[in-house]
Order: sequence, then C-alpha cells, then structure tokens
Amino acid sequence: MVTAKGSMLRKNTVRFGGDQLFEYSVMAIAALNLILVWFLAVIMFSDAWPSIDRFGIGFLVGADWDPNRDLYGALPFVFGTLVTTGIAMLIGVPLSIGIAIYLSELAPLRLKDPLSFIVELLAAVPSVIYGLWAMYALRPVMVDTVEPFFQSVLGWTPLFQGEPIGLDKFTAGVILAIMVIPTIASVSKEAMMAVPDSQREAALSIGATRYEVTRMAVLTYARSGIFGACILGMGRAIGETMAVAMTIGNANKISWSLLDPGQTMASLIANNWGEAEGIQLSALIEIGLVLFFIALLVNVFARAVIGRFMSRIPTTGGGL
Amino acid sequence: MTTIFVYIFINMSNSDIGVYAERHQEPVFSIVLDGKTRIERCEDMSELEKTKTGDNGKSVVMPHRGGRTRLLIASVVTAVIIISAAVLMGVVLSENKIESVTLIGAGATFPMPLILKWADVYYNKTGQAVKISYLGGGSGAGITQIKNKQVDFAGTDAPLSATDSSTYGLVHIPETLGAVVVAYNLPGVESLRLDGPTLARIFMRNITAWNDPAIASLNPNITLPSNQIKTIVRSDSSGTTFVFSGYLSVVSNEFATLYGQGKSVNWPDVIGASGNPGVTQTIKTTPYSIGYIELAYAITNNVPYAMLKNRDGNFVGASLDTISAAASGTTLPAGDGDWSGVSILNAPGANAYPIASFTYILIYKELYNEQSKMNKSAAKALVDFLWWVVHEGQSYASGLYYAPLPQSVVSVNEATLDSITYKGEPIR
Amino acid sequence: MNAYEYRRLKNRLASGLALTCVILAMIPLLYILASVVMKGAPALSWEFLTNRTVGTGEPGEGIGNAIVGTLLLVLYASMIGLPVGILTGVYISEYGNNRFGATVRFFNDVLANFPSIVIGLLAYALVVTYLNVGFSLIAGAVALAIIEIPIVANTTEEALRMVPNSLREGALALGISRWRTVIKVMLSSAKAGIVTGALLAIARISGETAPLLLTAFYSNYWSFSPTEPVASLPLTIFRNYNSPSEVLLEQAWGAAIVLIMIVLSLNVSVRLFMRRNANKGQKVRMR
Repeated sequence: MVTAKGSMLRKNTVRFGGDQLFEYSVMAIAALNLILVWFLAVIMFSDAWPSIDRFGIGFLVGADWDPNRDLYGALPFVFGTLVTTGIAMLIGVPLSIGIAIYLSELAPLRLKDPLSFIVELLAAVPSVIYGLWAMYALRPVMVDTVEPFFQSVLGWTPLFQGEPIGLDKFTAGVILAIMVIPTIASVSKEAMMAVPDSQREAALSIGATRYEVTRMAVLTYARSGIFGACILGMGRAIGETMAVAMTIGNANKISWSLLDPGQTMASLIANNWGEAEGIQLSALIEIGLVLFFIALLVNVFARAVIGRFMSRIPTTGGGL
Repeated sequence: MTTIFVYIFINMSNSDIGVYAERHQEPVFSIVLDGKTRIERCEDMSELEKTKTGDNGKSVVMPHRGGRTRLLIASVVTAVIIISAAVLMGVVLSENKIESVTLIGAGATFPMPLILKWADVYYNKTGQAVKISYLGGGSGAGITQIKNKQVDFAGTDAPLSATDSSTYGLVHIPETLGAVVVAYNLPGVESLRLDGPTLARIFMRNITAWNDPAIASLNPNITLPSNQIKTIVRSDSSGTTFVFSGYLSVVSNEFATLYGQGKSVNWPDVIGASGNPGVTQTIKTTPYSIGYIELAYAITNNVPYAMLKNRDGNFVGASLDTISAAASGTTLPAGDGDWSGVSILNAPGANAYPIASFTYILIYKELYNEQSKMNKSAAKALVDFLWWVVHEGQSYASGLYYAPLPQSVVSVNEATLDSITYKGEPIR
Repeated sequence: MNAYEYRRLKNRLASGLALTCVILAMIPLLYILASVVMKGAPALSWEFLTNRTVGTGEPGEGIGNAIVGTLLLVLYASMIGLPVGILTGVYISEYGNNRFGATVRFFNDVLANFPSIVIGLLAYALVVTYLNVGFSLIAGAVALAIIEIPIVANTTEEALRMVPNSLREGALALGISRWRTVIKVMLSSAKAGIVTGALLAIARISGETAPLLLTAFYSNYWSFSPTEPVASLPLTIFRNYNSPSEVLLEQAWGAAIVLIMIVLSLNVSVRLFMRRNANKGQKVRMR
C-alpha cells in the first residue's frame, strides 16, 4: 500500500490542503469506535459489579442458575453459546460460500439479481419471525426427519443421545445458520465480485477450469472479504436472542447431546431481563460481560490464527 | 455531522483536478462570479498552468461530461428534501392539535391487553387529551424503570418487598385479577381433575406417569394412559411462574423447601418454552404434556385445562366468577403499606379458584420529583385515569378474560388514590 | 481417466456442489418468506396500514404509527451510523496500517459481536438516563446507529481493500491529493461493496427488537417527537406475539411483511439508482 509519507506528494499539500484535516477527522471518527467499546465496558462493569463482587471467578465455572437462592454461574450458558454458534458456523459458512460462488461466478445473468435480492432481503427479517417460523415450521421437520436421521447414523456418539423433541441445541444451531447465511453470503459475494477480471483471465489463460479459476484466483483474492463476512455473521449468531429462546428448550444445564435442550448467554439475558432486579440483574449483566469477552477471544483467535493467512491482499503489481 | 459530510461533497466539484482535465484534454474552468459559479471551457494549456498556481483567480473543475457533479448535487438535494420531508411528516402527523398529556407505563405482560384497552377507551373518553403508553417488558423491568423514574407507572404481578415500597415511596394499586391454569395435552381426555399436592409432585417429578395412582384416584371415571408426563415450564422469568410456584409452595412443604416461590424456578427435568404463547404452543404440539399458563391463553387457543381442588374441597375450574370469589375474602393493607404478604392463593371459599392472583400498578405516593418533573396536569391525569380504571374500567375486564375487582378491593384503592399527593397537596 | 478429464469432473462436481448449496439454503429462506406472506396477508388492508396501534386486537387496529416510527428510527440512525461507519472503514483501510488502525479494526469487530440488548443498555445509560431525555426516538436511533457502525465499517474496509492498488497509485501519481484520491477515486470504485454494506446494515437494524425495548420504548399514538417514545414494527411484532389475541398474532405477521417490503423497496430503488449511474461516471482506465 502506498503510504506516501514524507514523499514529494505530501509536501505539495500546502496548496491542495485538507489532507491532514481529512486524515485527522477520519481518525477521530474511527476513534469513536474505541470510545463506544470503552463506554460499553465501563457501564457493564459498573452494573455487573455487585455480582462480580459476590461470586468472583467462580462465576465462570459455576453451573447453577437459581434466582430463588441467588446462586448464579455462567458455565452452562458459555457452553450453549459456543455449541450453537459452532453449529451455526459449521453449517452456515460452507453454504454461504457456496451461494456466494454461485451468485458471483456461475449464475446465469437473469438469476443473479433476483437471487441476490432474496438473500439480502432475508437479513431484514426480524429475529422474532425467524423464531416463530422455527417453532411452527422448523421444529416438526427436525423432530420427524432430521434428528432421527442423525440419531440413526451418529447415535453411537455422545452427540446424538436422547429422545428428539425438537427444542434443543441442534435446532437452535440450525435456525442460527439460516439467520447468518444472508449476511455471510451477501458480503462474500460482494468480495468475490470485486476480484478484478484480470485475475480470472490470468487463470483461464493458463488453462484452468471454472472450478480452478474460482479456487485459485477468486477465493484467494477475496479471502479477507470472506473472512470479514464470517466475522459479521458470527456476530449475529453469538448475540441472537429471540430465535434461540424459542428453539433451544431453555434448560440451564450442560449436556453433550445436541438433542438435549440447553441455553445460550444471549437467550438467557433476553429471557430473564424483564423480570430481573437487584443481584439477578447484575448477574445477567455479568453474563453479558462474559459474552463480550468470549466474542473478543474468538475474534482474537480467529484473526490471529486464521487471519494470518488472509490479511494480505496479494498486490497486483502494476497496472493490471 | 450530516452537514459536514454534505459540505465535503459539494466542495469537491471545485477541485484542482487540473491534471485530470489535462489528461482528458478537455479542461474546464470555474469562475466564481458574484457568488455564482460559471463554467468556462479552456483551450490553452498555458492558461491551465496559470490556473494551477492560482494566478488568474480561477480554479479548475473536473469535466462534467456525464453530469457527475450535477448528479451529485442533485442527489444531495434529493437527500435533503427526503430528510426534511420525513421530519416534517413526523411533525405534521403528530396530533399536537390539542393540549395533551402523555403517560408512560411499563411492566408485567399479564395485564397488558387490559391496560391497553383502558388506555384506548380513556383516550377517546377524554377527547384525545390523555395518551397512555404501556409496554409489557416484564415486572422486573417495570420496577427498575419506575425506580429510575423513567416511567410514570409500573405493572407488576408480584408485590414489592416492604423495604422497597417504603424506601422508594411507591404504592400498590391492584387493578385486576388473573388466574393461572394447568393446561394439558392428553389425547382422548376431555376433562382432568387434580389437586395441589399431586400437582406439586408432578412438577417435582415425583409422579412421572399419567396413570399414577395419585392422579387416577382423583379421576375415577377416566382411563389414563401410561405415558410419561412431559412437564412444560416457562424458561423466561415471569409473574406467571411466580404465581404458580407460589401455589405449589403453599400446598406442598416439600416444594417450598426444595424450590420455593419465584419468578424463575430451578425446575427438575423440564422443557422450557418462552412466554405464555410459547408454552401454549408447546403444550398443543407435545402429546402427554402438562404446563401452566394464564387463563386467557388457554381460552383463545382452545387448550383444555384441569379442574383443581380448592381449599374447601371442591373441584373448580378457572372462570371469572371463581377468580373473583378467591379475592373477595382478603384483607388488604393500606396503599403505602407492606404488600409483600398479600396472596389469594388457595383462598378459602366454596367457589374460589386456588391459583388466582392480583396484579398491581405501582405509582409514587408523591408524584413530583426532580428528575421527571411531572407537571400538575399530568399528575392529575394519572390519578383520574387510575380512579376510572378501578371503577368504570372494571366493566371492560371480563371481555378480555380478566376478573373484575370485588368492592372491598375497590374501596382500598379509593383510599390509596385519595392519598396521592403532588408537591405535598392531595390531588383528588 | 486422464488428468484433464479428472479436472473437468472436479469442475462439474464443484459447480454441482455450489448449486446444491444454493438450493439447500434457498429452501428454508423461501419457506420463511412464504410463511410470512401466507400468515400475514390476511391482515393486510388499507386500515391496517393507516390506523394506529391499540394493543387489544379489536377491529380498527392497525400499524400505521409503527411504520412511520420504524422509518424515522432507521433514518435517524443511518444519518449517524452510515457516515461514521463508512469513515471508520475508510480510516482502517487507507490510513490504518499502524498500531492504532489495527486496534480500531479489532474493536470494530468486537463491537459487531456485542449482543444488541447490551447496546440498548449503553444507549439507555447515555441518552435515556445520563442526558435525561427519557425513552425517546433519538435514544432508539443512537442504539441502532451503534449496531450499524461495525457492519458498515467492516464492509467499507473490505470494499476499499479490493480496489486494485494500481488505481490508488495512479491517482496519486497524477498529483491528486490523498484525500481526494480516497473520496473521489476509491469510494467510487468501491461503491458497490459499500452500498451493499449499508443496505445490509439498514436491513439488520430495521428488524432489531431488544435495543428498542430500552430506548425507543413504545407509543400507541401519532406523535413522532425525537424526545418521546415511538412505535416500531419489530416491537409491534414482539408485543403482539406476547398477547393472547389471534388477531394480534396475525397482525404481527402482517407487520413482518410490511417490514420486509420496506427493506425490499429500499434495496430495489438503491440498486436501480446505482445502475443508472454505473455507465455515466467513467472508471479511470489506466494504460
């Protein structure tokens, strides 16, 4: 990337003006993000303090959530969030990338725009509607078809034990996957469409098939954009409340079987927020803090480990 | 912020992108003339050089072939028009023609339909002068909001503790009665009878099969299936759970010790659904299930519910009469007193339904405070509204499946409302 | 099978796989759209769209004020959130190759992953409580703007990254100042991605429920002052869902249709507008 620091171009800014001003104003606005996160952290800490004070570090590994005895712990919900988000990403990311590839590379022109529309439109559907649909339409399908299927194939693993009733982590994961697909697919599609044709042409010119062109040229170049799309999608999955609350069965316990009900942090907060007061409210906000930190950790992990391969856009080197 | 952004965009057109122009071989000048900008073509490259150094008082503008600049200005103007239209629309559509008062309330979802009905009727009755907005969001949220003085009144299913009501200066006004029913899904079974202790044992998972002797003995005329009972409970904190668990605590010491009354309960081995509609829907679609919901949901969704044995030993189903019967015998404290012990669960009375409860409106005894700075007309409107609610308003209750307040309760409310003050002076 | 045929087979398989993904994902997505339309269509009528909400499910109730409320909330939120988001994305992409830039990007990601109810809490603490505006339209707009910012910033940053360096270098080489390069050249080239991001963000915030509970609250009346509570479509859906009335539940689905239609028309009009301009502003073609 050209930085032009200390170059002749920079010195010319006397007349052109505005360069410094622009850079500093944009920097100030960008700093707003930091300020916002800082504020959020401060407010949450202060509201959660009574709970932090009482439970200390034990909160993170506590497995009880009993408002009647004022005993609170986060472990079952951390587990639930990780499991459901994991399922959502596992199902959602490949499907989204497949859709993005289709929309950007393979679709006939007449289908491209309508399909893209539909996909983007679904980002607007409120989560309540997703939840309602999941309750009325998805759950019967899961109970009658999907879950028995998985149980017959993978029933020997601890993941698919128990009787399927449809209100469980698996169903929650599936509805989350459906919810993140529009986001990840749209943004990935944009990233792929922004890959210069020169890249594709270069690959084609050495005799690559469509698939190889996509893999070599498009996906490589658009890696970072796709990754960003996944981060956005994951953001929605981690924080989703209504749709999860209506499908996960809301049991405050840890269980390895995907067919057992569970609970996520966001859904717990949404479920109990309205009625909570005092120490319970503080505990809920502390859960929010834990959610914040988990999201942070996952982000760090993702950016560091996976992002290392993706942070550099390959430079085109010259006027292609 | 929008203005700054727009400013940058507009000013872009008068830019010194003479190099662009040079490359395109068609530079055009702009001259500021009496405050107007005129576009002039330039033929000579030397003139361009002079312009770049600012010698001839002109500045270079990008070729607007394609009308890009014009388009930009057009879009900005359109945006401004749209924004002002929107704001104007908001202002115009607002019914600000009459001097009106807006009151805000938050809290329990249980009485929400009734409170909204009252709000609507009262709005029309006062010639649109009093606007009342109520958002269910949970009793806890309502209580927090009124403690923060962000709302004018709060709705709660569970009464406040004595310390809370005295510390904050809040009074309780029971505005209606409701009941929690035990809904079930038993194919082929039209009516079911249960009693308190059996119910408690079912929800404690001591009784797990439908044809358990305890249930069978209460239902001699029915053959019960041998299937396992699936207990459905509220996953979210709620007043409904508070009332139901309160009843179970009253009729079963074991339940009271192990679980207790609360807005959420650590139920053993249950399926949790969110909200009354969630539980209702889950019961309807899960055979051999049993759960607890508010009466209105059972009626509007055609879900059968059990007849319960009341304290006097009669099996009663929930109905407006049986609910009112449960409330008629209670003695209530003064509005600003300690309501934490008020309960009409398992009430005495031949026709009393055992799982009935009040739901309360909370307001400040002294309506003026530094933070909300409520004005006198709003305060009067609030008290008048509540007075109307406990009198004429009660006639709207039965249409929405709420039970009207018995006269004894209305009298207590009258006394409470008479004691509400504004800056020390009673309002009524 | 020789190497070439093998590669062709892989190609076919991959295409088939991509198509399968689309079909697999389209089934639930279309099913949802169809369910919403089928369940909500009975509720649609002129009265439905113009009458105000009441909350009892009796005839004569509509969602008119909720429609206006959502439009205003989204408008105000975008007036704050879009510029901040785009400029943040510009910063990270163009000037952010340093520690500060990396920090901003990181915190931007973190902001994107906050549950929306917590963002509502922030707006509640700042606008409703601290500034003592109370439950209000402006508080709701602030909460929605905060949700919008990371989405827009992320997509803007990625879109700007995808602009080939040659464009950037060429413009600078011609003597165009840095900031003009960014605004005129880069943003125009990245237009498509940025607009997609903005539309996605708007679509997302139109459907947000939880933050509005704590900020914009609700109102059954036709008043849209920035400092008063305001009705909104997602909260109407939420409230109707929690009520026992069948009529209200049907209206909830109807409200969902209206919401989707609003986002749809916004999408369509913006795309049409862009297409009309795509051929006017010439892309800078470098030799």
